[in-house]
Amino acid sequence: MNLVEIHGLSKRYGSIQALDKAELTLETGRIIGLAGPNGSGKTTLIKTLNGLICPDEGSVLIDGHEPDRYTRSILSYLPDRDYFADWMKISDMMDIFDDFYADFDRSKADELCRTLQLDPMQRIKSLSKGTREKMQLMLVMSRRSKLYVLDEPLAGVDPAAREFILHTILTNYNENGSVLISTHLISDVEQVLDEVVFIKEGQIVLHRNADDLRAESGRSIDECFREMFRYSGWKEN
Amino acid sequence: MDFHIKDARPIWQQLSAQLKLRIVTGFYAPGSRFPAVRELAAEAGVNPNTMQRALTQLESDGLLITNRTVGRSVTTDVGALSALRSELAGEETAEYLEAMGRLGYGRRECAELILEGEKI
Repeated sequence: MNLVEIHGLSKRYGSIQALDKAELTLETGRIIGLAGPNGSGKTTLIKTLNGLICPDEGSVLIDGHEPDRYTRSILSYLPDRDYFADWMKISDMMDIFDDFYADFDRSKADELCRTLQLDPMQRIKSLSKGTREKMQLMLVMSRRSKLYVLDEPLAGVDPAAREFILHTILTNYNENGSVLISTHLISDVEQVLDEVVFIKEGQIVLHRNADDLRAESGRSIDECFREMFRYSGWKEN
Repeated sequence: MDFHIKDARPIWQQLSAQLKLRIVTGFYAPGSRFPAVRELAAEAGVNPNTMQRALTQLESDGLLITNRTVGRSVTTDVGALSALRSELAGEETAEYLEAMGRLGYGRRECAELILEGEKI
């Protein structure tokens, strides 16, 4: 059985068609990059996986279930913005995750705090934007989940921290799970991906093995991405 | 000897080329145990499946021997290692000649340059 099956998924916000009959299946044990320009539907797709958005049409199955309590228990989600009460300490968030999720591994969280140089006693209010992102990543990667869904995990951190975060993802994801990383910074994630998914105007326009795509096109995935999403106004003549 | 991934070639091919270099230079000695896939993947900062594909290539080239109980080790076959050495030397030479060709140098001129360089 596929870990994720999405069929004919559509979602409209007023006059904007955010998802337009999207089709996508994901297998287990993979790291998949979800790439598309701003407003292409990445976050909407991710939110329907989480059950935060109800689609207008189509179906989403995760491990055979429609988004529900069960799927939330096996899916670890890194949102594109933070949602913390900032008077809390990092350790308070760890307690909350520990209470909420049966698959939260406290010792792993402690270990990640050390490697990411997070002080559990620090108040969230006092953290920089990049450090908040590191904290979110620490919480999300400390769960032993079947599916990790990371929405723009690299957006707010400096290039050195990016490499470190990718390393954290690579060495901490559950070997029997999959990781879906949404990004518009392809060149940063290129080398950790098994598969790439390109989304454009709410439709999945490409889903390939990353190395096969490189072999066939003779280009990096970043170049393929730029080619596919080049603004029409930039074309010569 | 760090892994570096830069060009548009498939990543597993870049990895297997760099692992070959490590084998031929003795960084991994003949007969020694080869590191685990995950370890190598973490070192290179790449996906474990990609590293696995690179190792599979080295196995089918006869450079790595897989043993169910001990894991992977570097071949002790001297013939295979020296064949690899000449293969890599051939690739380096071809690349050099191509670059020199773009500058308008022929093989003979290249050879002269190299021999001159030896005197310095």
